[in-house]
Amino acid sequence: MWRDHLTEIIVFTFLFLLVSAMGFVAARWRAPRDMAHLDEWGLGGRNFGGWITWFLVGGDLYTAYTFVAVPALVFGAGAMGFFAVPYTIVIYPMVFLVLCRLWSVSHRHGYVTPADFVRNRFDSPVLALLVAITGIVATMPYIALQLVGIESVLKTMGVTGDNALARHLPIIIAFAILAAYTYQSGLRAPALIAFVKDSLIYIVILVAIIYLPYKLGGWGDIFNAADAKFKASPAPGDGILLNANNQLQYVTLAFGSALALFLYPHSITGVLASRNRDVIKRNMSALPAYSLLLGLIALLGYMAIAAGVKPLPGAKAGSVDSNTVVPLLFDQQFPSWFAGVAYAAIGIGALVPAAIMSIAAANLFTRNIYKEYLKRDASPAQEAQVSKVTSLLVKVGALAFIIFLDPQFSIDLQLIGGVIILQTLPAVALGLYTRWFHRGALIAGWVAGMGMGMWMLYQIANPATGKKHFAGSAFPLSEFGFDTKKTIYVGIVAVLVNLVVAALGTLVLRAAKVTGGVDHTTSDDYFADEGDPRVTPGTDRDADSAREPVA
Amino acid sequence: MAAPEPEAPTPARSRAKDHSPWNWLLFIPIVVPLIPALFNADSPRLFGFPRFYWLQLAWIILGVATTTLVYQMTKKRGDR
Repeated sequence: MWRDHLTEIIVFTFLFLLVSAMGFVAARWRAPRDMAHLDEWGLGGRNFGGWITWFLVGGDLYTAYTFVAVPALVFGAGAMGFFAVPYTIVIYPMVFLVLCRLWSVSHRHGYVTPADFVRNRFDSPVLALLVAITGIVATMPYIALQLVGIESVLKTMGVTGDNALARHLPIIIAFAILAAYTYQSGLRAPALIAFVKDSLIYIVILVAIIYLPYKLGGWGDIFNAADAKFKASPAPGDGILLNANNQLQYVTLAFGSALALFLYPHSITGVLASRNRDVIKRNMSALPAYSLLLGLIALLGYMAIAAGVKPLPGAKAGSVDSNTVVPLLFDQQFPSWFAGVAYAAIGIGALVPAAIMSIAAANLFTRNIYKEYLKRDASPAQEAQVSKVTSLLVKVGALAFIIFLDPQFSIDLQLIGGVIILQTLPAVALGLYTRWFHRGALIAGWVAGMGMGMWMLYQIANPATGKKHFAGSAFPLSEFGFDTKKTIYVGIVAVLVNLVVAALGTLVLRAAKVTGGVDHTTSDDYFADEGDPRVTPGTDRDADSAREPVA
Repeated sequence: MAAPEPEAPTPARSRAKDHSPWNWLLFIPIVVPLIPALFNADSPRLFGFPRFYWLQLAWIILGVATTTLVYQMTKKRGDR
């Protein structure tokens, strides 16, 4: 009953309204000369310094859903759920140099999206369209999942209803407010809110990792309780350590997820909004602070086991919603006012990435579909306007996902999203280093990788839940004819197929002397930095996004 | 957008500008956290944490230290 949670609801609502007000005020923060430009609305003026970028990208990558789902996975499966830690460690050294190149070439040419870059690098609107659509499709379910994060909190506070509309009314209101201030303030809104969100999360987690072990008998007891639970369970893959069969999955999932992370349009949006290359490099060193946070949050799953938390029932009869374990743990262990703060941290934590993701998806639509195919001579003001409206539609779409479909569908789609966004790796990430690949071969590789990924995901069943297809990302190698119980992450195999096809296709097309188009970037573009000539935002801001370098 | 360039395009090859031997160090925090043999064990425990957990959390320090070192050693000094 919600009345039992009144204090929590009041604290939650107060903090939620506070950040909403900040979201509207953000339009005037670091006020632009002219907001009617995609560089301003969609990239916050391309001028964020080290601290803002740290909060923004941190708030963007480590989403509310992550904070709810990772401990839920640890609660259910144990060590496997801890893959999020190596995943978010290897990512930063891996992209340390890559993102600097992307930043430089994007600022010199005014690119707003990764597809803008691909279009000019490979002289191929078709390849750019594929990259853009891949980005939008991968991002949509991710936004929907942020709602799952908020809902897990609302559910725990007893804010539920008898029918679908009453149950979803709170998140509809929350998203309407979010949509309104994103529309008005653009990327400045999540950048400003991220300060509050991350501060709250850091406070909550610091308290949780000191106070909860004290209440639950210490870390040793917590791990022992988890160990006892997994030893008693019949499932073969769980445990507080990995077993011989899931180590390969653990490593490939961590590595594949890391490869995928900075291909997501919302990650790139955060990076392109930074002021110079130094800001990016410093952030690659400082962002792992969030990984520490994530690792500790993951362990909340074990604390929930030690505290004897029983997850709330799920949407379908007989199922449980394991995403509620962390909110329930807080509800059970913390005084209500502090549980309210913790819930607000999760709720607000959903708003920051949801805003950035919708902006990133809207930018992709505007730059690579609207401007490319619908209105070639769109002015910067028109681009900004289209992007603003699209960001609203994207949020309505995400809401519809949650209201009309089983949330499990969004979770499945997000799983697929990680696999499909990886298929843009050859064009976007390798494209930053080499133009060796032929544009036609990159398209063929994308098609092959997608096909392979979809087929593999389709084959994956989970006997425990009775799902026959799309029941996870761990592909049994026995399907390939190997005599083993080992599993591997689908995305890695799919992107390898993609690369092989792209490489072979390039050799064939070269041999057939098919033209590869013109590279509109020069090698010097990849090292440009703040203060260089023709680096946006420059003094001569005539907003011609595709200004070419003078030879 | 994207009017064709007037001159013949130069093939985009990465020049030596970003290249530094220090960058090779970045492979350490990419490879080490992906070797389960190093951390997939219970003992020794540290503050009650099995090795699997404390050692993987320690890789974060490895990552931060390496990227910070590479950043400091490759930073452009003075004007360019």
